[in-house]
Amino acid sequence: MTEAVTHVGMSARPSPREGADADPPPLPALLESEAIHIIREVAAEFENPVLLFSGGKDSIVMLHLALKAFAPCPLPFPVMHVDTGHNFPEVLEFRDRHVAATGVRLVVASVQESIDRGRVAEETGPRASRNRLQTTTLLDAIAEHRFDAVFGGARRDEEKARAKERVYSFRDEFGQWDPKNQRPELWNLYNGRHRSGEHIRVFPLSNWTELDIWRYIAAEGIDLPSLYYAHRRSVVARDGMLLALTRFLTLADGEAPFEETVRFRTIGDATCTGAVRSGAADARRVAAEIAATRITERGATRADDRVSEAGMEDRKREGYF
Amino acid sequence: MLVESPEHGAESADPTESAGSTGLLRIATAGSVDDGKSTLIGRLLHDAKAVFEDQLAAVAATSERRGASSTDLSLLTDGLRAEREQGITIDVAYRYFATPARTFIIADTPGHVQYTRNMVTGASTADVAMVLVDARKGLVEQSRRHALLASLLRVPHVVLCVNKMDLVGHSQAAFNEIREDFAEFAGLAGIGSVTAVPMSALHGDNVVEPGTAMPWYGGPPLLRHLETLRVPPPGGPGSAARLPVQYVLRPAGSGHRRYAGSIAAGSLQPGDAVIVLPSGRTGRIAEVHGPDGPVGRARAPFAVAVTLDDQLDVSRGDMICSAAHPPHLGQDIDATVCWMTARHPLRPGATYLLKHTTRTVRARVAEVVHRLDVGTGRPEPDAGELALNEIGRVRLRTSAPLMYDAYRDSRATGSFILIDEATGDTAGAAIIGVDGSVEAGPGESAEDSTREHT
Repeated sequence: MTEAVTHVGMSARPSPREGADADPPPLPALLESEAIHIIREVAAEFENPVLLFSGGKDSIVMLHLALKAFAPCPLPFPVMHVDTGHNFPEVLEFRDRHVAATGVRLVVASVQESIDRGRVAEETGPRASRNRLQTTTLLDAIAEHRFDAVFGGARRDEEKARAKERVYSFRDEFGQWDPKNQRPELWNLYNGRHRSGEHIRVFPLSNWTELDIWRYIAAEGIDLPSLYYAHRRSVVARDGMLLALTRFLTLADGEAPFEETVRFRTIGDATCTGAVRSGAADARRVAAEIAATRITERGATRADDRVSEAGMEDRKREGYF
Repeated sequence: MLVESPEHGAESADPTESAGSTGLLRIATAGSVDDGKSTLIGRLLHDAKAVFEDQLAAVAATSERRGASSTDLSLLTDGLRAEREQGITIDVAYRYFATPARTFIIADTPGHVQYTRNMVTGASTADVAMVLVDARKGLVEQSRRHALLASLLRVPHVVLCVNKMDLVGHSQAAFNEIREDFAEFAGLAGIGSVTAVPMSALHGDNVVEPGTAMPWYGGPPLLRHLETLRVPPPGGPGSAARLPVQYVLRPAGSGHRRYAGSIAAGSLQPGDAVIVLPSGRTGRIAEVHGPDGPVGRARAPFAVAVTLDDQLDVSRGDMICSAAHPPHLGQDIDATVCWMTARHPLRPGATYLLKHTTRTVRARVAEVVHRLDVGTGRPEPDAGELALNEIGRVRLRTSAPLMYDAYRDSRATGSFILIDEATGDTAGAAIIGVDGSVEAGPGESAEDSTREHT
């Protein structure tokens, strides 16, 4: 019973920089440090983490933060792309270039393989999408590689079900999220306890907004796929969105493609990601555009969220990103 | 998120700069069910023009489908299917918005007693707690419980939002009665800075705009008050340095090992004399690396990696501390615990995993000293155990020493969680008191006097 109390000493200590300490810390630096803290905590406490990398802006920022967290050492875990097979070619090119430049290890989980093996069935019709099929591919890959922590780039400002999710989000042996029974999460003390077969989804960007992401991309000079900036492309107007004309898109009766100057606010499966009219050609201009917008990111561009009021919650319960 | 109307645009401001000079404000709501917390958040977001057109269109459509005569703004934050079905809040929803003066994160927390643990989740990092009270009902047990929790968690400011003033004829007497009731409770429970605002979230009076219904109220509306609140810097001004080691980086080649972590309190710079605990070895900081490389100095709560001038044996769970002002070091911990599992009560003899900073040890419950009566904030001795959502003082014995400070001096080194080893659930949250003082316990005088705008 050795109770060695050393010293109680939190009294004020004169510091030449006292004034600086009283200033509120700048928000971008706070968000960056919070994300790095979360990423390091996972690397220290889990045996086999993986970082989901789609080639979208949020996962690119997340990877950028992860590389900073361990610099000058290499990333201590791989990244994984859940490949729907319905990619924009610019995104795949970017993925391969970025993986080569950063030296990270890439795991690809293929929706096409899940279809070929009969794990899932392809949707049909003009609104067919492989978006929902990704969940099975993702969960199969997590089981196959025995990943116990899976970093995702989801943000709470994206969607109302995501606004409810913890930074460490527990998934049972079926990969399911139980939103009514989440672990309390206090201060920056994260509880990653799980049994074999269960895993934790980890969201280091939980407290970032779309505008924070763009400000950070501009400030850090982070490279993104060209789709995020204004360019001319053939599009089809559908459900109030502009869908890119790609070989994956089946035109419905009466739909006529036309040319437009657009950029993408989100990048996902090419069949359900819409473009917005924009002339913003660099990150600073995009940030200015986002600061003035009156429509949410997913509301403007994601057909998958329009399924129902609880579309995202239902998909997340099943194990979606 | 800063959302300006298109006429004003953002061209004048630098879009790469965050809004506001008073810094980020983290807000947690508190109060009983049906006091209108989600409606208030919805009103605040709506009137501050932080609701997007598609979000508003979606809640307007849902409201109309349900036969409501006006748009139900609470639907903006009640994001789960079960919440919308039952019209209640089950778990915390985080919302983000900014005004030209400041950036805000709002944790909209549940009012039901059974979801108290989710309220605690939202309040643990808050700078201000907005305690809502229904003007018709006055203070109820849940408003007292939440105010007490906010006080224990040392949320620096409390705003008493006396809501639904339209339902009591905007009566100044009704407002004053509730305000005085709360001031009495705040004094007993050791709650510090309190401001009271009469309002109607439904009609928008005194939320963002003052409105005309309560000319007797001379204070600012809620948002104006939140924009100007001053927040103490994290880790406390002039605190002694604490760096819990999260991860050890071993650069290839000749580089020294780097000890990575987030500064929990104080600041670090090259040359600082430090002690590594629990080993007690001493040395000096050689380099401090921020996310972009070496820096001259870094402070809480930023993430860093430091090197020491000597190759000491340092690993995850150790703490690099100011040599002049080290923390307490010990295995007998006195803490105030909020119990958060329904599976079984907290009882003497039970063991749990205890996670404190980056250190996880085993802990055995030695004694439940008392339970706090949430109605009065007074301790009830001989409690024996703590059930779900109960709060009390507990003594624990740990399997290895902890390096800790009193929670009132340093949130990050004065708090821990208890984890049920069988289920993995977070079973309890605790704040550490020292020298026999219970955090913000009864009888402890409030540092700031209760202040009201009238």
